[in-house]
Amino acid sequence: MSNSTLKHKQTMERRDVLKLLGLGTIAAATGAVVSAPAMATPESAAKLISTLSGTSSYKSGKISLKMPDIAENGATVPLTVRVDSPMTADNYVKSIHVAADKNPNPEVASFHLTLASGKAEVSTRMRLSKTQNVVAVAVMNDGSVHRVSRLVKVTIGGCGG
Amino acid sequence: MARKPRVKLPNSVNKGQVVQIKTLIPHKMETGQRKNKKGGKIPRFIINKVEATFNGKPVITADFHPAVSANPYFAFYARVEESGTFKFTWTDDKGKTVTTSKKVAVK
Repeated sequence: MSNSTLKHKQTMERRDVLKLLGLGTIAAATGAVVSAPAMATPESAAKLISTLSGTSSYKSGKISLKMPDIAENGATVPLTVRVDSPMTADNYVKSIHVAADKNPNPEVASFHLTLASGKAEVSTRMRLSKTQNVVAVAVMNDGSVHRVSRLVKVTIGGCGG
Repeated sequence: MARKPRVKLPNSVNKGQVVQIKTLIPHKMETGQRKNKKGGKIPRFIINKVEATFNGKPVITADFHPAVSANPYFAFYARVEESGTFKFTWTDDKGKTVTTSKKVAVK
């Protein structure tokens, strides 16, 4: 609100002006929240992982997530998830889930393996919008879930950050 | 999806051998986050599923989300016990599928 409009409304009390300003600020703030794309957070990524794996208690080890420490191009970042498993009828990996905690959406990919897979290792390439943690979990046939996470730095502009 | 997918795996293997299979399909994997020049959102259009079967039996399935890069690359392993055919199926958001198959012989 410019000074000239205030002069035209001399009758308006200072508190009214402040109220109006306050309302405007709130409106602007809500507008920003609504229009901004929903981003993944560490919480939403953790929630997704626990929904997909059906548990929130994880074991470490057995699973490795191979990714570069620094990705020069966030558009294609190679990743390999390897799970240490004999892939026999009584000990195999049922599924592998990958999530990222600062992309627009936490979901990345899910893999459903069978005994015919022979080896629990999958590779693909993913997008990273910024430096963030990538989480991978492996769901075993006995229901246990192994988890690994890795921080990948994304350098835009190629200065090596 | 005008261009054909690429699949790489050995033609012949030993019985029971675990082989790596590499697949790649050309696809822009539109995330649904980008905007066009008029400021409207470009709708999401991705390959959301890749399936591999061997002689009709499932080997592996992958569910992809927009965070998978353009021209999705997917490599995995398979244990080959008999001669047969691997069949690969890619499904996009419109339900359209692309399939390709490759024969493998056991020595």
